[in-house]
Amino acid sequence: LSRDTLDEATWEEVEDTLLLADLGVDPTTRIVEALRERVKVLGTRDPAHLRELLREELLTAVGPATDRSLATQRRGERPAVVMVVGVNGTGKTTTVGKLARLLVAQDKDVVLGAADTFRAAAAEQLATWGDRVGVPTVRSDRDGADPAAVAFDAVRQGTEAEVDVVLIDTAGRLQNKVGLMDELGKVKRVVERHGPVDEVLLVLDATTGQNGLRQAAVFSEAVDVTGIVLTKLDGTAKGGIVVAVQQSLGVPVKLVGLGEGADDLAPFEPEAFVDALLS
Amino acid sequence: MFATLSDRLTATFKSLRGKGRLTEADVDATVREIRRALLDADVALPVVRDFTTRIRERATGAEVVGHLNPAQQVVKIVNEELVGILGGETRRLRFAKNPPTVIMLAGLQGAGKTTLAGKLGRWLKGNGNRPLLVACDLQRPNAVNQLQITGERAGVDVFAPEPGNGVGDPVSVAQRGIEHAQRHHYDVVVVDTAGRTGVDAEMMQQAIDIRAAVRPDEVLFVLDAMIGQDAVATAEAFRDGVGFDGVVLTKLDGDARGGAALSVRHVTGQPVMFASTGEKLDDFELFHPDRMASRILDM
Ligand SMILES: Nc1nc2c(ncn2[C@@H]2O[C@H](COP(=O)(O)OP(=O)(O)OP(=O)(O)O)[C@@H](O)[C@H]2O)c(=O)[nH]1
Ligand SMILES: Nc1nc2c(ncn2[C@@H]2O[C@H](COP(=O)(O)OP(=O)(O)OP(=O)(O)O)[C@@H](O)[C@H]2O)c(=O)[nH]1
Ligand SMILES: [K+]
Ligand SMILES: [Mg+2]
Ligand SMILES: [Mg+2]
Repeated sequence: LSRDTLDEATWEEVEDTLLLADLGVDPTTRIVEALRERVKVLGTRDPAHLRELLREELLTAVGPATDRSLATQRRGERPAVVMVVGVNGTGKTTTVGKLARLLVAQDKDVVLGAADTFRAAAAEQLATWGDRVGVPTVRSDRDGADPAAVAFDAVRQGTEAEVDVVLIDTAGRLQNKVGLMDELGKVKRVVERHGPVDEVLLVLDATTGQNGLRQAAVFSEAVDVTGIVLTKLDGTAKGGIVVAVQQSLGVPVKLVGLGEGADDLAPFEPEAFVDALLS
Repeated sequence: MFATLSDRLTATFKSLRGKGRLTEADVDATVREIRRALLDADVALPVVRDFTTRIRERATGAEVVGHLNPAQQVVKIVNEELVGILGGETRRLRFAKNPPTVIMLAGLQGAGKTTLAGKLGRWLKGNGNRPLLVACDLQRPNAVNQLQITGERAGVDVFAPEPGNGVGDPVSVAQRGIEHAQRHHYDVVVVDTAGRTGVDAEMMQQAIDIRAAVRPDEVLFVLDAMIGQDAVATAEAFRDGVGFDGVVLTKLDGDARGGAALSVRHVTGQPVMFASTGEKLDDFELFHPDRMASRILDM
């Protein structure tokens, strides 16, 4: 946005910025139209002002006042239960490790449940994270065990040990695999025999394009997602698909992943997200 | 909303039946629909631009040919262009004159490299080769175990002298892996590396150092088919960093359109060689440009 009049090329730059951030055609069109309307009303001619207005529009689209708190308080006799779900390789296991670190820093007792019994060395990977951040991991001693049974067991052990939070890692699965989505639904239902699941976090990789919306829709349908974790924001991707995800499903982004280290997890901040998107 | 590009174009052309020739306004409407379809399919914006420019040229004045109406005509042009880009110079793996042939895998975190190492190992073994997988991701928690288990499942040997999880030097393991292969007469070496972003200079340098140590016959860039607009920045970063000779698209068993296939081919000129289509070791095939073209445009 470097020109001094608002010609069509300037508008095209605005549109490009949004499209290149993976916002998608519809959200981009809506934002640009709202912006054109405001520019007309305000009589704006100055690209710097346009930039400010764009920032405001985007911030509105992202929802600056949305409640993004995590339900990680004990409920009476039971620990809070958090399930982490998503397609393959987005950063679920890593997020569980980092989240455990965050909770431990808040003086909470945490147990991890290794309900990915499918991928090679998935339980070992989670247990390594558990060791790293100093929390125990409940896992099956054999590959291919029933993930619902492992998740159930993790909550049972967490309840007995009177911990504050049980974090359940699940296997990656593509949302178009009906059998695997059914399996995930079952994991949640079995865990719910102990009581409600407090958070279902869908992990979305910031590099994901328009398929992210399908992921969010299908996972929400299957396990009623309560929050998004947007990972890998330390790379070049902007993660703009979450704008459409929030708008169409009403599920807020709660956390962002900013690297592979234990401390690379942060609360989602709309202003920082929008500024990164426009930079 | 129309589900497929063909449907959309047919609707765009409904009013034109019998006209026989596309006017400029028709072409504008057509190009708008194609642009939208490509963006929905995650084709990168600069690639969409080049592509629609070419389509505009070819569609302008397009006549009804034989039994094809203008919509079908344009779909045919789009398809030809797509297959042209995706399929130009498809090629097979290059095997070294003096074994072992070295294949190095590189890509973003979680793209599917380690799984692919197992798939390549199994596929090569099935083709009569004697492959060795080398565990050079010493960073991601339990990446070494993961490769060991994957190798075991694939019935392929794994060279994993260091435990990983931050212990060991990946460049040294890479080098020793080649020596081990030479000594024990493996004829193909597949080098698994850690995931890295395009902007992590230190990690990119590590990949460059591994490359220098193993002098691969093929560096394969492993790319998740779900990637969006970032495909360009990432492909350029890997091209300009470690460099690569071919692309493997993964997770094609999903329902992402996979426009990244077009982006990466268009931007780097390197061919997509293989498709990864599942979590199991057999879910692996040669890349089919024509299928990918139909998939991108949902035709
Ligand atoms: N750069 C970066 N890498 C990340 C981030 N989060 C996770 N990763 C990396 O992404 C890769 C995949 O992470 P995992 O936690 O194993 O992902 P997952 O979703 O559990 O994968 P599956 O269980 O196989 O589906 C690993 O190399 C992680 O180190 C992040 O925020 N930034
Ligand atoms: N559905 C599906 N899953 C795949 C495919 N390829 C890999 N995966 C899964 O994607 C996830 C990540 O795969 P990995 O092979 O660990 O990826 P990676 O690139 O080695 O990851 P890092 O080493 O952490 O960078 C795992 O859950 C795999 O099972 C595929 O073609 N289809
Ligand atoms: K970023
Ligand atoms: Mg995992
Ligand atoms: Mg790996």
